[in-house]
Amino acid sequence: MSKIHVTTTVNGDEMEFLCDPRETLLDVLRDRLNLTGAKEGCGTGDCGACSVTMNGRLVCSCLVLGAEAEGAEIATVEGIAQGDRLHPLQRKFIEHAALQCGICTPGILVAAKALLEKHPDPTEEQVRFWLAGNLCRCTGYDKIIRAVMDAAAEMREAA
Amino acid sequence: MQFHSPATFVEAAALAAEAQGVTRFLAGGTDVLVQLRSDMVTPDTLIDIKKIGGVRDIKLNDDGSWTLGVAVSGAEMNEHGPLRAAWPGLCEAMDLIGSTQIQGRATLAGNLCNGSPAADSVPAMVAACVTATITGPQGERTVAVESIPTGPGLTSLEKGELISALHIPARGENAGDAYLRFIPRTEMDIAVVGAAVNLRLDGDTITEARVALGAVAPTVRLVPEAAEALIGSTLDDGALEKLVAACSAACSPIDDKRGTIAFRTEVAGVMAKRAARIAYARAKGETIEGHHG
Ligand SMILES: Cc1cc2nc3c(=O)[nH]c(=O)nc-3n(C[C@H](O)[C@H](O)[C@H](O)COP(=O)(O)OP(=O)(O)OC[C@H]3O[C@@H](n4cnc5c(N)ncnc54)[C@H](O)[C@@H]3O)c2cc1C
Ligand code: FES
Ligand code: FES
Repeated sequence: MSKIHVTTTVNGDEMEFLCDPRETLLDVLRDRLNLTGAKEGCGTGDCGACSVTMNGRLVCSCLVLGAEAEGAEIATVEGIAQGDRLHPLQRKFIEHAALQCGICTPGILVAAKALLEKHPDPTEEQVRFWLAGNLCRCTGYDKIIRAVMDAAAEMREAA
Repeated sequence: MQFHSPATFVEAAALAAEAQGVTRFLAGGTDVLVQLRSDMVTPDTLIDIKKIGGVRDIKLNDDGSWTLGVAVSGAEMNEHGPLRAAWPGLCEAMDLIGSTQIQGRATLAGNLCNGSPAADSVPAMVAACVTATITGPQGERTVAVESIPTGPGLTSLEKGELISALHIPARGENAGDAYLRFIPRTEMDIAVVGAAVNLRLDGDTITEARVALGAVAPTVRLVPEAAEALIGSTLDDGALEKLVAACSAACSPIDDKRGTIAFRTEVAGVMAKRAARIAYARAKGETIEGHHG
């Protein structure tokens, strides 16, 4: 099967790869670009562990083909911290113990960051609806919601 | 699998017409990729339509009607204030599909052409009189959306044909639409029953109506008898009773883990009644949130 040559931007860096037409963006990120932050929970769009943004839009990378990334701007969890400086969301997740096994965490951080860029002052209900596509089998969600609300408050103060 | 990303609909149609085996168009991919990954449908040819010019446009025409590109996502529809204000029921129906992530990709045309009897946006499109321009090897034609799905997973599109635009009529005065679905949870589930109502008033009296039901038959169903129950009434109890009876009579659902035949048949009437009340209030100029806002 002939491979497709794709040029894309991931976390601000231009990258190139060859992929099979059937390969998903998630496969490409993990297996070809060594960005293993995005996780595969279900592979069918239900769990959100593979969340990334594509041209600023939150998507499940398991439901995007690698070939569709041509010319796109992709952002993954690896791009959230600035060097050693954690993003407020990351700090608040640690402070509030908003993770246990951590499988859902990269997807939730990417999703929450996208939320706060659009709604810097969300209600709890807004946060819960926005994150409805990010499943967590460990925390029971309350700590995640509290961490996001707290990070939002801190980011508003800093802004 | 051959992957193409043509620059025009004519090219897309030609690629599909010449393709051998299973062909799929790739809009948001939220059905195509799930079917591909679970080995349900492995296309021999996949044609990405998102590189075609104008497919992301939401255009308000001079006559008040709307032309939507076929790659406009649910999120883009719901971020468009004027479209949401004109057609809240249609926009809310689309918004019910999946999570934030799914909303970033899912399209109306994909929801329609995937052919699920439970597709949420389809009853709302049917009630709203949405039409589709189809581009194929023989040129273009425009059809009502209800003529496209013909059964679960099946459409009336011929080989080489694809939807190149969707048209939503002008909203006009004193009119409103609504879509409600029943699911066992509050979010992220497939409709057990869906009901859409679109109506227009003269004073308190309903002068025009369309009612469509989802998930109660092999395709989404337009129910003219339900519309007749509403027309000429002020949505009084008698009219609502007739609406409920007409909706239940139009059901030929399946029994499955989500709902029994008896349950679906009863709930169809209930959903239609509630949707009619919301559409009526909207036609009166009230701002009402249907599902989550
Ligand atoms: C987690 C999850 C939750 C979901 N929840 C819901 C839900 O609540 N309600 C619901 O109704 N659906 C739901 N869906 C299904 C899906 O998201 C919708 O059907 C969506 O609208 C499909 O649009 P798409 O653009 O992604 O279609 P695609 O997957 O790109 O295409 C779907 C089909 O339509 C055809 N097609 C696409 N565009 C065209 C065109 N322009 N012309 C001709 N054919 C075309 C393709 O060939 C394919 O057969 C869910 C899916 C997932 C993964
Ligand atoms: S792995 Fe993509 S949504 Fe679960
Ligand atoms: S921390 Fe384990 S799934 Fe969320």
